[in-house]
Amino acid sequence: MSTAELLSQQEYKYGFVTDIESDVIPRGLSEDTIRLIVAKKNEPDWMLEFRLKAYRHWLTMTEPKHWPNISYPEINYQDVIYYSAPKRKAALASLDEVDPELLRTFEKLGIPLTEQKQLANVAVDAVFDSVSVATTYKEKLKKHGVIFCSFTEAIRDYPDLIKKYLGSVVPTNDNFFAALNSAVFSDGSFCFIPKGVRCPMELSTYFRINNSESGQFERTLIVAEEGSHVSYLEGCTAPKFDKNQLHAAVVELVALDDAQIKYSTVQNWYAGDEEGVGGIYNFVTKRGKCAGHNSKISWTQVETGSAITWKYPSCILQGDNSIGEFYSVALTNHAQQADTGTKMIHLGKNTRSTIISKGIAAGKSNNSYRGLVKVMPKAEGARNYTQCDSMLIGSNCGANTFPYIEVMNNSSSVEHEASTSKISEEQLFYLQQRGISQEDAVSLIINGFCKDVFLQLPMEFAVEAQRLLGLKLEGSVG
Amino acid sequence: MLEIKNLHAGIDGNEILKGINLTVNKGEIHAIMGPNGSGKSTLAKVLSGHPAYQVTKGEVLYEGKNLLELAPDERAREGIFMAFQYPIEVPGVSNAQFLRLAYNEKRKHLGEEELDPLEFKDLLKERAKVVEMDASFMTRSVNEGFSGGEKKRNEILQMAVLEPKLAVLDETDSGLDIDALRIVAGGVNQLHNANNAVILVTHYQRLLDYIVPQFVHVLANGRIAKEGGKELALELEQKGYDWLKAAPENNGAGAGAN
Repeated sequence: MSTAELLSQQEYKYGFVTDIESDVIPRGLSEDTIRLIVAKKNEPDWMLEFRLKAYRHWLTMTEPKHWPNISYPEINYQDVIYYSAPKRKAALASLDEVDPELLRTFEKLGIPLTEQKQLANVAVDAVFDSVSVATTYKEKLKKHGVIFCSFTEAIRDYPDLIKKYLGSVVPTNDNFFAALNSAVFSDGSFCFIPKGVRCPMELSTYFRINNSESGQFERTLIVAEEGSHVSYLEGCTAPKFDKNQLHAAVVELVALDDAQIKYSTVQNWYAGDEEGVGGIYNFVTKRGKCAGHNSKISWTQVETGSAITWKYPSCILQGDNSIGEFYSVALTNHAQQADTGTKMIHLGKNTRSTIISKGIAAGKSNNSYRGLVKVMPKAEGARNYTQCDSMLIGSNCGANTFPYIEVMNNSSSVEHEASTSKISEEQLFYLQQRGISQEDAVSLIINGFCKDVFLQLPMEFAVEAQRLLGLKLEGSVG
Repeated sequence: MLEIKNLHAGIDGNEILKGINLTVNKGEIHAIMGPNGSGKSTLAKVLSGHPAYQVTKGEVLYEGKNLLELAPDERAREGIFMAFQYPIEVPGVSNAQFLRLAYNEKRKHLGEEELDPLEFKDLLKERAKVVEMDASFMTRSVNEGFSGGEKKRNEILQMAVLEPKLAVLDETDSGLDIDALRIVAGGVNQLHNANNAVILVTHYQRLLDYIVPQFVHVLANGRIAKEGGKELALELEQKGYDWLKAAPENNGAGAGAN
């Protein structure tokens, strides 16, 4: 095998398919589909109502195809499978009962779930297609009062919390994809950190799409009560298929007084091939509400995969002195498209937000930053600092910045800095002249460019993210 | 160590080097001088493999191997080092991180064990003394926000870490004040020994007061117009370069230093 072949294989090592018997419902979407999902999942009536309300609203909405800087063929929503779950026993008493094939799949992805091999100090909820197959360290967390479980379990075991917070940050009618998710979401993760508790370990969810025909519609809800702290990580991969798959997730974060939530994502969905065939449509709504005073929500994302990324992790800074942060690296190569950024909505007094966005475009990809900073009339003394840097590799790619600034309070200050640069031949030559190969030189330059964002990631994730960027850019220079 | 035979090279189709012959042996220091545009820097860049320059004719043997076949990073790992006239900034990458990567690439190439960050820190601290650089430079991004003098000292620090067999210093003296020049030259002198060689590319005689070459080659119009010992540099200092341009070219084939 030639080196080039080896490299191209190395490029996406998560592209395998797990051969497993699944419980799949027929294609298409209607009220009956929703009733079927509710029945499969044994959900209470209030969930059915929540879903139907969202669905009926969704029918009146139009897909946001015009304002984002992305293009794709018409999606036939009747051709998608909205529920696909690996067959299993009704209720799992322990991890030992999880299908060994699934355990092997996650182990191959670097996420061992069995007790002996579990990642130290990281609790994992593993989501396979439509359902959560296992959650580790549940009992240990429970001792601290921390709830970390699949959304299905949360609806069953903590209905009051779910009723109170589900849809409280992203309403069912928020946008086209959020409405679709609210109607059909099948699983996801729920985290609840009670008052005054610092979560003793990192919590994480690993999402895996396996079925070539199914979409993944998961829901994450994190509630941090007064004075609590939590750091949450999210990772995603999917097999290589030449058909596009839809991933429309909703993530809601709620931080009460003095609470802090740190949410980190390394997104590595299958991106399609060099010509743009296949890959995930990643249409995601992520939003956090700093509901309490002095609360803080920090988003860090490293977006490297997906054929199209459409996501704007945002913060509603409602509590006085609350803080919102958005640190992003978005890398596009080949025919990938990304329109990503954030919204910082300043409502409370002395609220502060920081936006650091690093966009890297290679191949013939298109990479846009889109961000809104909105300071409402009562947000006395609000401050924002935004820095958007783009780096171009080669001359067939594009980088755009679309900043929107709306300020309705004179005592606030909003700063915006932007830059666009190119990896120069001189820079590469300089590093090569010191004995560093061209591939490593590109990695080094890119990692330096992204340093401010990587510093925000938990250690293991930062290492993984650096390695990932290097792999993604292999062969894109020279 | 290095044998350049009838080397023709240029950029964007313009021939700049028009038949260079030069031999450099272990333990030697050669100075390449000449007026602006004579091809001095082009020679340095061709030796280090800059992709913008094309070799159209001739050959370069380095330790008996065809140097021109090697990629720039391979040349570097084989022991060729170029100190840049304009060192490049690499934002976000610390000097220590960059140097360790480069150093370990060389060790890997030699089949030696790589150094971990702590081991490397000790080595770096030791080598930094050569150019009187303190620890604060190691955590700063490569050349970012460095003064002209600091950048040049950083080049010599890299040389000290990588211990090249053949170092090509491209106008390392340009833009240096007298103190920085003394430090940089002192560094090169400490690093030079009987097993390596140095090629100094310079416009001015000044540097040669500090680093004394055995051989001086004067380039004009892409050819070696005159060669001699260190006294030739002093002659140039007095007369300038104009008299050379008028002088007949004496650079026939085989007119190397040895």
